[in-house]
Amino acid sequence: MNQMSKLLIKGGRVIDPSQHIDKVADLLIEDGRVKAIGNDLTADDAEVFDAGGLVVAPGFIDLHVHLREPGQEYKETIATGAAAAVAGGFTAICAMPNTRPVNDNASLTRYMVSKAQEAGLARVYPIGAITRGSEGTELAEMADLKAAGAVAVSDDGRPVMNSQVMRHAMEYARDHGLVVVDHCQDTQLSAGGVMNEGRISTLLGLKGISRAAEESHIARDIMLSELTGARVHIAHLSTAGAIELVRRAKARGLPVTCEITPHHFALTDAAVVGFDTNTKMNPPLRTEEDCMALIEAARDGLVDAIATDHAPHHEDEKMLEYDQAPFGVIGLETALGVALTVLHHANGVALARVVEMLTAGPARAFDLAGGTLAVGAVADVTVFDPQREWTVEPQQFKSKSHNTPFGGWRLRGQVVATFVAGSEVFRGP
Amino acid sequence: MAFNRKDLLGIRELSVEEITTILDTATSFKEINERPIKKVPTLRGKTVINFFFESSTRTRTSFEIAAKRLSADSINISASTSSVTKGETLADTARNLQAMAPDAIVIRHPSPGVPYQLARLIDASIINGGDGAHEHPTQALLDAFTIREQKGRISGLRVAIIGDIRHSRVARSNTHLLTKLGAQVRIAGPRPLIPPDYESIVEDSSDALMVCNRIEAAIEGADVVMMLRIQRERMSEAFFPSLKEYSIQYGLTLKRLELAAKDAIVMHPGPMNRGVEISSDVADSNRSLILEQVHNGVAVRMAILFLLIGAEGE
Repeated sequence: MNQMSKLLIKGGRVIDPSQHIDKVADLLIEDGRVKAIGNDLTADDAEVFDAGGLVVAPGFIDLHVHLREPGQEYKETIATGAAAAVAGGFTAICAMPNTRPVNDNASLTRYMVSKAQEAGLARVYPIGAITRGSEGTELAEMADLKAAGAVAVSDDGRPVMNSQVMRHAMEYARDHGLVVVDHCQDTQLSAGGVMNEGRISTLLGLKGISRAAEESHIARDIMLSELTGARVHIAHLSTAGAIELVRRAKARGLPVTCEITPHHFALTDAAVVGFDTNTKMNPPLRTEEDCMALIEAARDGLVDAIATDHAPHHEDEKMLEYDQAPFGVIGLETALGVALTVLHHANGVALARVVEMLTAGPARAFDLAGGTLAVGAVADVTVFDPQREWTVEPQQFKSKSHNTPFGGWRLRGQVVATFVAGSEVFRGP
Repeated sequence: MAFNRKDLLGIRELSVEEITTILDTATSFKEINERPIKKVPTLRGKTVINFFFESSTRTRTSFEIAAKRLSADSINISASTSSVTKGETLADTARNLQAMAPDAIVIRHPSPGVPYQLARLIDASIINGGDGAHEHPTQALLDAFTIREQKGRISGLRVAIIGDIRHSRVARSNTHLLTKLGAQVRIAGPRPLIPPDYESIVEDSSDALMVCNRIEAAIEGADVVMMLRIQRERMSEAFFPSLKEYSIQYGLTLKRLELAAKDAIVMHPGPMNRGVEISSDVADSNRSLILEQVHNGVAVRMAILFLLIGAEGE
């Protein structure tokens, strides 16, 4: 559909947590923007999409992906990452700066933005580095990064260990209106670790990453947020203790937000038995108790966003010794299915709550446009079937890489169609 | 035959019946090693590759002799580096090995799990010769063989395992095996060298497995005292203060051995650091079965090769 035409999505269950809407209704899109939500809407010469039995939601937003371009295009490119995104219902994705070279300057950010425009499909929002080269010593040119299109700053994967540097980064970021995103991990405490520290790591003889390595760093960041007034977003919480720390910070009114990933609430470290390197990611898969804490935090509203930490790696890189293989799994094309299967169907988390963590929640965390179907808003829309069952076949993914721990899983909930600014960018089977 | 596996990867997966089958088979093979002509034609025409990514004298030689006494052709390949440093994937390593059409591959590797990963990719029988800090099943089997031969049983025995448990595949495999066969295992060592939740790694951990704060508590009344090698480089990683303090706090001396049962035996998987984890007067005493362990290793590995690739096993 071109920008001048009309699209009428008829008879779906419209769930838009940004407006507290959850009802069967029609959605009319005109010139790429939401025109109306209502019953029995009609529009002359509108293209009609029958959404009977389906959920119509704002386009999903993923705050945490790795697109590998520039530098490691054999794993993923901005174009293949964007294609994977829309196949998973994501109309906007935030790209972490650990490309090669690191996205620590405006020209690289502009390059990524222009590559994303060429690719079309999903909106790609770069996240700039906190420090030059993500080396943890000198601040990156954050204001310049923001002017070029960066929506937040992070040294994801190489957390800033020097607390004074982090303090200065937060102070500077606050004044420039940037959220500081942190992969919280005391890298000295976790040195050499490749999986959760506990019974299973002891059993397998693999070096563990303790909960304390994550939680102590989160506690530090929360204290620094209080000290500096900066907005801090804690990436991929993986432990019950991490949830409690964020809960206390939020209760005290600190500007702290957080995300959880599908693999951290769907899998435990027991999955590592057998040494499948697609169970290796950082932070690592934890225990049943941690999964339950994540699920409860998803249910009760603590969690702002479900993010994928989509981390593509080539098959040859993953087919190594467990302790030598790279960390990371992909997640864009399984996020909705896993979230609905585990959170909604298995644990009774309300559908609107799951949608919120994929839409309004992440939009608020980074002050992004989108995540809403308010009249006049840009019409990024995801239509999904919450009941349809499907089997995960990694070879069918749009992503260049296939490193998922969910291969062969039977999931309930699938994307049917994805629209960006009213244009159909993906149509499912 | 109570043994019907393609591979021997770890003790954890084995049933009591399978373990007993290996030990019983080893008993019959031990006799061959006492003969003037120590060779039988059992595995004639079979090829066994010893593929070692870590230096090893004892285990590699033991497997080589075991294969040769059964008339198998035995080839040693040493690689000093992991796949990743060579730029080769594990899958390619596997394909290359497969292409040589061996019947069994004994693999030792510093990374836990490599034998498991290769076993999924290779038709030949994989024998774990030690994978990182994970498992060393043939060592545990030869230890159990030695204990059983000496004590006539394993069930009901109290076995102390002392030292660097964190980095020890021998400790893990022995813990699994001895508790499966009904022994009580007591662990002691500097706490940083005992990995978290160790007492929960076996299925029934009620009384079968305990971690002691002091070496004396582990040794008291023990029927078997098994000392593990302490590696010098652990000191630089701040796991314990010094070798001197280690030997005072955790070393096995004749005086400490008096705490054990009167007829207690002393074992060590080697190589020993005399004067560090074990004093020379203990190592050389008549309580020490350290050389008997090495001797029995050949018979146990003959049994394993026979059960995996011998005619009846096919």
